[in-house]
Amino acid sequence: MEVFVVSLLNGLVYGMLLFMLASGLTLIFSMMGVLNFAHASAYMLGAYLAYTLSLYVGFWIALILAPILCGLMGAAIEMWGLRRVHKNGHIAELLYTFGLVLIIEKVVQMTWGLIAVPYRIPSGLDFALFDLWGTDFPAYRGFMLLISALMFLSIWLGLTRTRIGLVIQAALTHPDMVGALGHNVPRVFTIVFAAGTALAGLAGVIGGNYRVTEPSMAFSMGPIVFVVVVFGGLGSLTGCFIASILMGMIQTFAVVLDYSLADLLAVFGFIVTKATPGSEFLMVTLPRIAALLPFILLVLILVLRPRGLMGTRDT
Amino acid sequence: MRLGRTILSAIAAGVVALAAPAAMQPAAAQGTIKIAYTDPLSGPFAQVGDANLKQMQYIIDHINSKGGALGRKFELVPFDNKSQPSDALIALKNATDQNMPFIMHCSGSNIAAALIDGVNKHNDRNPDNRIIYLNCGAVATELTNDQCSFWHFRFDLNVAQKAEVMVQALPKTTTKVYLLNQDYLFGQSVQRDVTAFIKKNRPDIQIVGDELIPLGKVQDFSPYITKIKASGAQALLTGNWGPDMNLLIKAGIDSGIDLKYYTFYAHLAGGPTAIGPGGDGKVFAVMSFGENIAPEIGNKEAENWTNGFRAKHNFDFSAAVFRTIFEHVQSAINKAGSLDAFKVATAMEGQAMKDFLGYETLMRTDDHQIMTAYYVGVFKKGVKYEAEKTGLGWATAATIKMDDVQQATTCKMRRPRS
Repeated sequence: MEVFVVSLLNGLVYGMLLFMLASGLTLIFSMMGVLNFAHASAYMLGAYLAYTLSLYVGFWIALILAPILCGLMGAAIEMWGLRRVHKNGHIAELLYTFGLVLIIEKVVQMTWGLIAVPYRIPSGLDFALFDLWGTDFPAYRGFMLLISALMFLSIWLGLTRTRIGLVIQAALTHPDMVGALGHNVPRVFTIVFAAGTALAGLAGVIGGNYRVTEPSMAFSMGPIVFVVVVFGGLGSLTGCFIASILMGMIQTFAVVLDYSLADLLAVFGFIVTKATPGSEFLMVTLPRIAALLPFILLVLILVLRPRGLMGTRDT
Repeated sequence: MRLGRTILSAIAAGVVALAAPAAMQPAAAQGTIKIAYTDPLSGPFAQVGDANLKQMQYIIDHINSKGGALGRKFELVPFDNKSQPSDALIALKNATDQNMPFIMHCSGSNIAAALIDGVNKHNDRNPDNRIIYLNCGAVATELTNDQCSFWHFRFDLNVAQKAEVMVQALPKTTTKVYLLNQDYLFGQSVQRDVTAFIKKNRPDIQIVGDELIPLGKVQDFSPYITKIKASGAQALLTGNWGPDMNLLIKAGIDSGIDLKYYTFYAHLAGGPTAIGPGGDGKVFAVMSFGENIAPEIGNKEAENWTNGFRAKHNFDFSAAVFRTIFEHVQSAINKAGSLDAFKVATAMEGQAMKDFLGYETLMRTDDHQIMTAYYVGVFKKGVKYEAEKTGLGWATAATIKMDDVQQATTCKMRRPRS
């Protein structure tokens, strides 16, 4: 019971962090068709900017400023880079954002150094919210949950209930028509890209001190975010949300369940011993591959349901 | 067209300008004893090589101020290996092409294995241009057992020795431990050796959990902490390094559970920052050196010398014992009276000398494994020298002398005749 409840909370916190990162990417990916490799780099940049800003103006102002700076960077990337590259098709865009990943990582290393920076949780949030059988639940994790829930709500309301949201949705499917109606379609794209990057920056501000702010953080977080986006389905914020929580839960619970394929076979009366062919493979326990499960799921969903969990189209 | 030519000539001028100083360098450094140094200087592990390089440079300056060897000064020549064995072999080729008598390498036992093989082959084929491999931190036990080589000298304790040090440092009150390691060669050997020494030296300790995690893939360690807590373990023993260690300890400390962390690498770059003030008195590291050892044993000279590094560089001098390497090399060259690899290697075998803290060291003849004092540090408040500006630093919890980590070797050394 104790392990179950604590794991549930762990999974929820991790899932929501994934969602914060993935929501921006899914916005960009589904609306512009751009597979933005540099998304996790914006996450890293958000963390580093927040660290530096918090030294001067405190955490709370950094929480607002850092995502805005990331958003501005995103707008610049879209206006002066991506828009030109876009003409040459998806491969060019892919390579362009991949190049950005390398550049941003190098810039971060040159600016902030190669080792982790001491970006800490603000003292106002550095206490235990409640205690579960001797395990503290830090207030900061509660704060993360709150921010990500607010984020989900505001994106969803923004897209479905506001005028700009409607124009964005229309511009994605029928750009020519929206243009003919007098809307500035390139600017809509810029706004989407900037907003997506700002969201990644926000995730960085929140995740940077929850985890560790170091130059490899983009590289380590990048792949899992793609898994969430593809798994959740293109163009679906709800799908992205469900996929994030699911990935968080799967990884968390896989760790505490000490079972292997051999145990599963034993249920059917088939005992695996060292002599059984493939016993090495069959006896690998779930925790040992917990971190790889999302990638296995990615492969499965691409084969069985290419559009993803809640996707509306196949591309 | 005209513009194109202008740009071209500008580029050409730039290339010449860049190349000129590079071409000048060897001429200016004529007569130095060159040590090729290869480690990752770019990519995700660049910090390792970069920090080592600066620390070695400081040490070499000191050795040179003490006269170098044979009246010549040492010079470190860095080669980036991008953490790839193939690139390390290119560095070896470069070093031998330039007749360098030594190649030094610290991180990655897979790279070390490739280098040992490469050096063996090169030395067999080129008896008049041989090279010695100075290993400053590739710790797989096999390298001085089955794979031992006459040309390879290891200056750090191997995994089995470190595991023994770690087990020796466990207090008597600790009876339940949890092992968590990375799922690859190194992590598995930590798991195996720590288990073996617990069985042998501390049969009262029960291993309540034994976990392997995929290398560098885990994003959130909270579930592992939940599991460790549920197991009732008092101490977590881990060989993890990099993000796998930082995130693990951070998750544990954030959850506030009552647990001690015994690590191999918490004291290295980035570790103290990730642990933070919350880890006061909870995190232990098996380490070759700590900056508080000198003041603790009252060695003023050593303390002043390490302070000199702090004054020059903005980071911890955690690799100060690399000085032992260069002192062994210096002494061996002077004893041999030449740079001939065979003579130097023979002189280095069995060479005993005190390190700069005053502890005995011995380069064991049987397997070319250094025997040296080792330490277990505890991360806490109120020490003289803080780590990474956290306000906390590594106090020495245990000092293990050279004689306590003498483990038998299976090495059957193949010695050349001359």
